[in-house]
Amino acid sequence: MSRGLGRYILIRASMIIPTILILYTVVFIFLRILPGNPILAVVGTKSISPEQLEHLMKMAGLDKPYHVQYFEYLWNILHGDFGVTLAFPMGKPVWDYLKQRFPATLELTIWAFTISVLLGLLTGVLGATKKGTKVDTSMRLYSIIAYTLFIPWFGMMLQYIFGVKLHLLPTSGRLDPGVHLQTITGLYVLDSILTGNWDALVSAVRHLILPAFTLGIVLSGAYTRLVRNNMVDVLSQDFIRAYHARGVPPRKVTWYALKNAFIPVVTLMGLQFAILLGGAVLTETTFSWPGMGTFIVDRIDYRDYNAIQGAVIFFAFFVGLISLIVDVIYAILDPRVKY
Amino acid sequence: MEVIRPMTKFLLEKKPGRGMLLFGIAVVLMVVIMAIFAPIIAPYDPTKSTKDVFAPPSLKHPMGTNRLGQDVFSRIVWGSRVVLSVVFMATLLSMIIGIPLGLISGYYGGKIDRLLSIIMDSIYAFPALILAIVIAVVLGPSPVNTAIAISFVYVPTYFRMVRGQTLSLKNQLFVEAAHAIGAKDREVMVKYILPNLGPTVLVVFTLSVADAILTEAGLSFLGLSVTPPTPDWGYDLRVGQPFLLDGYWWLVFFPGVMIMLLAMAFALIGEALNERISLGVR
Repeated sequence: MSRGLGRYILIRASMIIPTILILYTVVFIFLRILPGNPILAVVGTKSISPEQLEHLMKMAGLDKPYHVQYFEYLWNILHGDFGVTLAFPMGKPVWDYLKQRFPATLELTIWAFTISVLLGLLTGVLGATKKGTKVDTSMRLYSIIAYTLFIPWFGMMLQYIFGVKLHLLPTSGRLDPGVHLQTITGLYVLDSILTGNWDALVSAVRHLILPAFTLGIVLSGAYTRLVRNNMVDVLSQDFIRAYHARGVPPRKVTWYALKNAFIPVVTLMGLQFAILLGGAVLTETTFSWPGMGTFIVDRIDYRDYNAIQGAVIFFAFFVGLISLIVDVIYAILDPRVKY
Repeated sequence: MEVIRPMTKFLLEKKPGRGMLLFGIAVVLMVVIMAIFAPIIAPYDPTKSTKDVFAPPSLKHPMGTNRLGQDVFSRIVWGSRVVLSVVFMATLLSMIIGIPLGLISGYYGGKIDRLLSIIMDSIYAFPALILAIVIAVVLGPSPVNTAIAISFVYVPTYFRMVRGQTLSLKNQLFVEAAHAIGAKDREVMVKYILPNLGPTVLVVFTLSVADAILTEAGLSFLGLSVTPPTPDWGYDLRVGQPFLLDGYWWLVFFPGVMIMLLAMAFALIGEALNERISLGVR
């Protein structure tokens, strides 16, 4: 790695700090300042004594003025302390949940992301090379339909077809009951390979297929469009005609064109990843996938503001990190970016 | 009449994408009619139980009944009211906030622009659904609150688009001319720049409505929009899921199809308009 690139990464990384701070502030305003008392929200209609309430407020760090809470919570987060849960069970570190839930979400999103990019490239290239034909039109239709699929509905239909009717694939969870897996990273496919546990590998992959394809197909539509339009642009350029004139096989020319059309796709990947995380919440809920999304949804029922706040801010850091990675990949791929 | 004729001509003009446009408009009209005339169209009371429980689709119940014996078709007809009102309230709100902010930011530039831009970009970069969940949780489940939650996450969409357009419009000759005849900043923005944003706003409006429909459905699927027994497409999907594995597919199939049909209709209109006005949005 050159020194220039190292400096570029540092500068880009420092530009993410305001983004994360703004999101932190927005979430803080909504969850701590706007509403009534979060403790009372958890306790609900049950009456508790003022002393008990005071004790609970103190435990959750809510008894201090807002500006103190704001910086104190931020400081704690930077040290990996996301506060404690407010209900069921009360007082358990939120970080313990995040640590346990995050790998599940990461595994789902990595597979869904890969599927969406591959499907998007395939359909986009098909559309571009068959421009103006029925294939092109149907790829365009695919893009719009995929984009407007409602994740829970699509997931349920796949569950119904492949789970209920054909009995081919499991419809919920990450592993079959009775299959044991020693977790190292928390990514089950990786862990089962690392430990040489083939039963677990088969089970983990089978559980991943439906949720990953649900999310992946829905997100592939945006790539289809972009890849097709970029490819059409690139294919009309002079250097492509030169390849054809020199008798380079069409398949190879398509490959060269794709390499050129790929750079804008990298930018889209960054934006898509945020949408992917939003979609993961719905996918996880549909498939009872024990990730961050189901964690947030579970906590909604308990009105556990601390846990929701922790999870959302964790997401903010993750989104920031992804956009940094995308920027760096872009800088490496595109020679026009100066660093 | 003078306005309507060029509009219909514009819509019916034989250009690529006419089919998409007409299909989209037809579906939207259908759902709007369904919402307005719900009491006439729906054969049953959507919240009352009939004697048939889990009845499959038949002539008596075109989309079957649910576990309480409620007629699914009637619930879908009435549910269109919730979706349409929430989504339109939300989009209107985000336009009311996003467009003026974008105008000011793009027109004045400088510190205010930098501050607004970084705030809007940060919100834009974050998963919309997750942010909407946070807001909806705090405000509590009700259609108005859902609309507020959704409107918040779509403000940046309008802001970014209007800001960009304003940046390129403010250096054009007609704006310079307006300054020359002594127009004040406010006048330039409202009288000269704003009307030119029309076509772009229209396209972004249709595309963001398509998105907002899916977000609304997502929130109500997570139980954050309406409270039972109010009929709502997303919520009915959630309630029907446990019974899907027992084979009662109609409980989730029809509400989901309606959500997507409506979202797709707006997406198709947006696509076609985008091509006609050739803006290259999105």
